[in-house]
Amino acid sequence: MAADLSPSPTGAAQASASLPARSRGERLNEWLDRNARHIFLWPAVVLILVFSIFPLVASLVIAFSRIRLSGGGFQVRFVGWRNFDKQLFGSEQFHFLGTFGPLSLMGWVFGLAVTAGVIWWIAAYLRAGPTFIGTLGRLFPWGLVLGLGWLLSYTALSGRPFGTLLTTYFYVLVGCAIQFVIGMGLAYLCSRAIRGRNFFRVLFFLPLMITPIGIGYTFRMLADTSKGPFSPLWQAAGLGDFSWATDPWAARMFIIIADSWQWIPFVFIMLLAAFENVPRDYSEAASMDGASEWQIFREITWPQIMPVAATVMLIRVIEAFKIVDLPNIMTSGGPGIATESMSLHALFAWRSLDLGQSSAVAYLLLFVTVVTCVSFFNLVVLRRVRS
Amino acid sequence: MSLFTPRRVGHMSPGGSAITYLLLIVWAAFVIFPIYWLVITSFKSVNDVNSGPVFLPFIDFQPSLHAWRDLLIEDWADTSRSYINSIIIALASTALSVLIGSMAAYALARVTYAPRLSTVLAFVLCMAAVLVATMAYGVDWRLAGAVAVALFVLMVRGLGNRIAGRLGNGDILFWMISQRILAPVVVVVPIYMMFQSVGLLDTHIAIILTYAVINLPIVVWLMYDFFASIPRDLEESAQLDGATMFTVFREVVLPLSKPGLAATTLLVMILAWNEYLLALFLSTADAQTMPILVAAMNAGERGILWWTMSAVIVVMILPVLALAVVLQRFISKGILVGAVKG
Repeated sequence: MAADLSPSPTGAAQASASLPARSRGERLNEWLDRNARHIFLWPAVVLILVFSIFPLVASLVIAFSRIRLSGGGFQVRFVGWRNFDKQLFGSEQFHFLGTFGPLSLMGWVFGLAVTAGVIWWIAAYLRAGPTFIGTLGRLFPWGLVLGLGWLLSYTALSGRPFGTLLTTYFYVLVGCAIQFVIGMGLAYLCSRAIRGRNFFRVLFFLPLMITPIGIGYTFRMLADTSKGPFSPLWQAAGLGDFSWATDPWAARMFIIIADSWQWIPFVFIMLLAAFENVPRDYSEAASMDGASEWQIFREITWPQIMPVAATVMLIRVIEAFKIVDLPNIMTSGGPGIATESMSLHALFAWRSLDLGQSSAVAYLLLFVTVVTCVSFFNLVVLRRVRS
Repeated sequence: MSLFTPRRVGHMSPGGSAITYLLLIVWAAFVIFPIYWLVITSFKSVNDVNSGPVFLPFIDFQPSLHAWRDLLIEDWADTSRSYINSIIIALASTALSVLIGSMAAYALARVTYAPRLSTVLAFVLCMAAVLVATMAYGVDWRLAGAVAVALFVLMVRGLGNRIAGRLGNGDILFWMISQRILAPVVVVVPIYMMFQSVGLLDTHIAIILTYAVINLPIVVWLMYDFFASIPRDLEESAQLDGATMFTVFREVVLPLSKPGLAATTLLVMILAWNEYLLALFLSTADAQTMPILVAAMNAGERGILWWTMSAVIVVMILPVLALAVVLQRFISKGILVGAVKG
């Protein structure tokens, strides 16, 4: 692009006329060349600063204020922690955290089990020779696991509805686990010597390309118990009047199924390539020695694909926290708030023009996403790569 | 020999291969069926949709083109505008983010940067100060900006020698890639207000810029690994011949990284094509994209127009499916370069 800037002289008459222009072009060229290292990097830095960092900081300011939209402009008033206070302890607590009940027996057992697990984890780390930074960094996942565990005990396990925080974690943990297991299974099957491998490969890849909106509506059609394709089955099972949209767990599972339909292809395609990269020599030697397929997988194949698998799941977890299209389309967050993810929570708050609450929820989402993903990266991805 | 012992090394036992094919076919059915249902619903009459499930065209029900007629003839103005919007936005935002992202990735892979920690700190402080001043105390943003620039220069001069730390390429790379963790809802409200204040809401430019930035981390991440895996010899000999960094990038590096570029471009284009949440915020009518058009089929008093909606979704996914079928090998290979190295 720089070379195009210098005009090429055509003919003797023009040569003298274009001489000053040419030298200016050359000077520009020289300048571009000298500053190339900046010109390559700065556009990306500026774009990210303007459209990512600036909004991020602005959003933080909004999260600590109350915004009133008045006649085209807006008025901002600082309210300190009040937005967060409302979500965590105030009138919106049922929405974000859930409704707290008296601890049931199951709640006690689960909460204590989680506490014991975290204590064991802390002890194991302290025995292994802790560093200051390492301990400080691990305080976040320890606290998060403890907090989420007891939150689950006080809400769902004590028979009360839980809020968007746990719903989001449900999508992330259960959804990603399902997608990992099925995606890896399919990739493993497809990596074997089978006919029609290319056909399966292309076919299994397709759902990833389809817009989440389309998937949401398509699955709504499929799930209709009176007009959908499976309605004869529903009726035969005596569930003709059952609507999955009115049952919290059925609705959540349904969103997970649609989400998995879309994202299993991602896990599949990445792990398939990883399986195909594993050299065959070891596994063939092992199978000559009479090792079973399971042994070969566990001892030879798995250690080699583990780093790729960890990275793939990190990407998947990062994207899973953002889930918003599917619950919005399939259930609008209902019944009640049962399927509302944190992104959707923030979107609804924005729709009711409560920008402060919207940003506060978005920031809480950012916080748990960063803690979860950074912990996963440090504790799983890096460790596996090192060992 | 039992059913489950392989006849030869490297081959599957008959029982094992039967189970493999069975599982694969079950999954294939699970993948195909929703797409099939979508396609046949777009050819169903209103009655056929509402009176219970029918499965096979020409046997169960007579296909009807009414939904397609609605979409392609009666609502042609709306459909074509959204379609053209989506094409423009997907192409332009992809071009922008691939160009800028791969330039940055190349620079990070080849040039050593060492920004001062103090400069970064000063910048963050000044930006926060401007935001607090304009938003909380109603200071005019031009005034606040000018003061902040002056402060920034002073702070860089003053702090420069006191705080010695410098950042490296790895930090810049991590900073860029980590932007992907940001959920769109975190940044969309300020972006909305920003475009509103400059009167760019509901325009192509707003959506193109936003999508380009949202997808920039993916481009940087994938292309960085690709560039890092290219041997430097060719570039160095071109540099010895007097080629500038621009020429080397255009003539040597880009041709060598075609597979990576293709995969990245496709991936980013598909993400831009399917994006919904940001388009919902940033467009109302003129810049409406296809996902918004799909969602709009839900808005009437007649409930959801399943037949027309199915037709819209089919129209929307056709080009992407065609791309995917033709180029999926590219995609997985291109992405994997990044994933294998992490």
